[in-house]
Amino acid sequence: MTAISDREQLSYIAAQAADARVNVEIETEGMTLNIGPQHPATHGTLRIVAKLDGEQVIAADPIMGYMHRGYEKLAEVRTYPQVTTLINRIDWVGSFANEVPFILAAEKLMDVEAPPRAAWIRTILFEMSRIANISLFLGDMGLQVGAVTPAFFAFRDREHVLNQIEAATGGRFHPNFDRIGGIKDDLPAGWIAETKRAMKKIRSFCDEIEGLLQGNEIFEARCRGIGVIPADVGLSYGLSGANIRASGVDWDTRRDNPCGLVHNELDWKVWTHPDGDSFARFWVRLQEVRESTKMVDQLCDGLPSGPVMAKVPRIIKVPAGEAYVETENPLGVMGYYVVSKGDLTPYRVKIRSASFNNISITPWLLKGVYVPDIVTILGSLYFILGDIDR
Amino acid sequence: MTDVAILGELAYWQQTGIRVGAGLAAVLLVAGTLVYLHLFKLVSFMQSRLGPMEAGPFGSLQLLAEVGKFLQKEDIFPRKADRFVFAAAPFVVLMSTFLLVVVVPGGPDAWFINSELGIYLAMAVSSVSVIGILMAGWGSASKYSLLGGLRATGQLIAYELPLILAVMGVVIQAETMNMQGIVQAQADGEIFGWGGIGNPYILTQFVAFVIFMIAMQAELTQTPFDMPIAESELVTGYMTEYSGMRFLLFFIGEFATAGVFSAIASVLFLGGWWAPIPGLGFDDNVWNLLGPLVLVTKVVVLTFIIFWARFSLPRFREDQLQQLAWKVLIPLALANIVVTALLKIVF
Amino acid sequence: MSRLSSIDTPVEEETEVVESDEAREALLAKIQTELGDAVVGSHLVPGADLWVRVDRSAWATAGAYLKTGVGFEYFNFLSAIDWKPSPFGRDMDAQVDLSLGHDEASEVDMAIEQGVAGGDTRFQVFARVNDIVNGLGVTLKADVPDDDLSIGSWVPVYSGANWHERECWEMYGISFEGHPGLRHIYLPAGFEGNPLRKDYPLLARRLKPWPGIVDVEQMPGDDGPADAVETAEAAE
Repeated sequence: MTAISDREQLSYIAAQAADARVNVEIETEGMTLNIGPQHPATHGTLRIVAKLDGEQVIAADPIMGYMHRGYEKLAEVRTYPQVTTLINRIDWVGSFANEVPFILAAEKLMDVEAPPRAAWIRTILFEMSRIANISLFLGDMGLQVGAVTPAFFAFRDREHVLNQIEAATGGRFHPNFDRIGGIKDDLPAGWIAETKRAMKKIRSFCDEIEGLLQGNEIFEARCRGIGVIPADVGLSYGLSGANIRASGVDWDTRRDNPCGLVHNELDWKVWTHPDGDSFARFWVRLQEVRESTKMVDQLCDGLPSGPVMAKVPRIIKVPAGEAYVETENPLGVMGYYVVSKGDLTPYRVKIRSASFNNISITPWLLKGVYVPDIVTILGSLYFILGDIDR
Repeated sequence: MTDVAILGELAYWQQTGIRVGAGLAAVLLVAGTLVYLHLFKLVSFMQSRLGPMEAGPFGSLQLLAEVGKFLQKEDIFPRKADRFVFAAAPFVVLMSTFLLVVVVPGGPDAWFINSELGIYLAMAVSSVSVIGILMAGWGSASKYSLLGGLRATGQLIAYELPLILAVMGVVIQAETMNMQGIVQAQADGEIFGWGGIGNPYILTQFVAFVIFMIAMQAELTQTPFDMPIAESELVTGYMTEYSGMRFLLFFIGEFATAGVFSAIASVLFLGGWWAPIPGLGFDDNVWNLLGPLVLVTKVVVLTFIIFWARFSLPRFREDQLQQLAWKVLIPLALANIVVTALLKIVF
Repeated sequence: MSRLSSIDTPVEEETEVVESDEAREALLAKIQTELGDAVVGSHLVPGADLWVRVDRSAWATAGAYLKTGVGFEYFNFLSAIDWKPSPFGRDMDAQVDLSLGHDEASEVDMAIEQGVAGGDTRFQVFARVNDIVNGLGVTLKADVPDDDLSIGSWVPVYSGANWHERECWEMYGISFEGHPGLRHIYLPAGFEGNPLRKDYPLLARRLKPWPGIVDVEQMPGDDGPADAVETAEAAE
């Protein structure tokens, strides 16, 4: 007499065998789907080669370089002030934030410190470029899962912030405003009041997005449990920004390593989410925009007086040495490893961009998901192609 | 006295001519109205923009410009496409729209066909578009199109069931499958003895109405059920490879079908071409002119709901929308039939 | 708020500097005891940063120790550097740039001079990992000799090193033993050459001369660009 467990075992084997027979009979050939380089879901020219079984992804391999501009090589033949023009184009929706870590690294090597007012204005513009960047994400995430209207709202309200950036720096997209030793100009008259109004509009935009997307059952069904990144995997892939905070890692360079910026003098909070899925990433970013608007308000209130430029030589020669400075940019941690030999130009600039690391997890993350989820996951990881291809 | 009286005296070919003209008008004019009102203006309002403003007053001639643009475009065939299937697919889709429109009555005598099995015929021919979509998906020789075509097929077949089951409640209550009869049943109906507005079945068959609207949204592959098109992942699904006139045919088909399905829904649930106007009998000849206008008004209201949902909601994933059809809508529709049948016996 | 009275911002960073300094020293000591002779150089800037140069053979072990032994779980980046100055010298600069403050060095100085934490070879691989709990970061370096441009891969330890090593391989020609697939990442599959090496010419500059103008900007309180050169010389 066979024991119950043995019988269960046997019936399990029989069922497996039957399944195997069926599977062999209806076995189908896999299909390779090229998503990109020209594709609406990839924000530019990223290409993902996905091997599919039906609609399920067996393996996905992102291929980039369609927009590689070789900034690391180009930076070697440009003087330090000229480099900011290049690096403005790395993450082109939050350009000002790109300049900050490079300038800070150069300042660190030169042992120059920006005057307080310059540091505060830097922080204001840094946070405003975060708002400009992430509010685009909030609309775009809706677009990726099929809701068209939030994208229009995002473009509408992002305009208020861009207008303020333009008023202060003269450039909507590429401010090129940060200088070694300070910033180019002081703020124009009336700017602070106008900025506070813009922040109010951004906050109401956040509420609108919360109602339109976050509270929507379909949105939740599409995002919850999709693309779960455990904290340890995220760390070993070097994920940063909201992507790692959505996995429950309480780490924000603005708070933990604030070199040069004045975030530590403000009252704010680092938001994390324990789930690690697409919804968590969306949620954390939404809170971050809100937090940024509060920060900008505080910064506007407490703006110190004084000069906006330290005494620096006209022809900037940076003393020999190596420095690495990273800041918490809109897309995640962005750092510049600057090697100087005491020359007009940097000897080597290693650009550590956030999206390159963030997107390197995709081969691991996309395995086994369905085709519609590719879009959700890519959308929620949020990359800007210039930030990958540098 | 009116045109209908004249219609009886016309030769057969003349009557046919009028019918073809009316059919074209019912498809093209309705589609144009919907595109302008909803796609151009309503959506622009929702998204805080103006929409087309240059061509004609408030951009009302924009449609003509668009049609002109599409007609000028090159008719591109992908190199590996199955040329005949690829070329024929848009016509099959549009044909199903034309077949649908013939069952919708516009007045006591303004109808194309007055079949005893009107709604049955409508449900049957609405499935023809699946073949066209599958043809487009297969014939394009593109992976995106194929995925889109297959998704569309699965989805349309799944949602046909709740659609038909929702209709059954109305049919049981009206005791007829004749569309004209369903209109009359609603016009003659009474709400607890009060016959002021007849008895539009949206009141008694509200569950069926909701199911019908949801299933209709899915049949039209509009967001939140637009997985087969899904711009952000499949580009535009089965329409990816189409350009020029053939794309225009798909486009007209999409909006005309939205109009025709809304017309069927308004016949089933809102009293069709009939409206409670005192002093007008059901068979009054005035209805032959007024009826189509009343119907179009109801169509605009129903399509407003469709486009409202389309531009505010995200889309379901393929498996989620299948679950919605099989696990929620179909059991609900079956329950509705049972309850309707029981109440029919009781009252 | 008192911040409005600008410049007298309180400076109380002394204690913090000492603290993090201790932490970094302790970390350096730990790495030295674990890896022994494999640590061939180090550089510590108190309160700022730590560089550790390890032997090539201990590269993979060092990564594994940092991750599992001392909690540096966060992979930041990995790259390489070519210490041999460009043979093209400064001829890629514009004449304006040359005249302003770079006359004496315009001839090519081909001496290899490594940066912090020393070095013996032309190529060095460097990587940075972080301990996010204590807020520490460390930059690891390793020499890679010219005759055998290869080093152990970090992919088994830090999955994120995969793409960085691919980039490093295509930009410098340094291969990583144990990497699951060294393929081109940015450049087309058939590309020849290693663009980030200093002896790889920047074709854009060679085809079309750089218009070149040194950014001389009106500073607040300065008179004009006339004294630009003097200021530059005064700064040196």
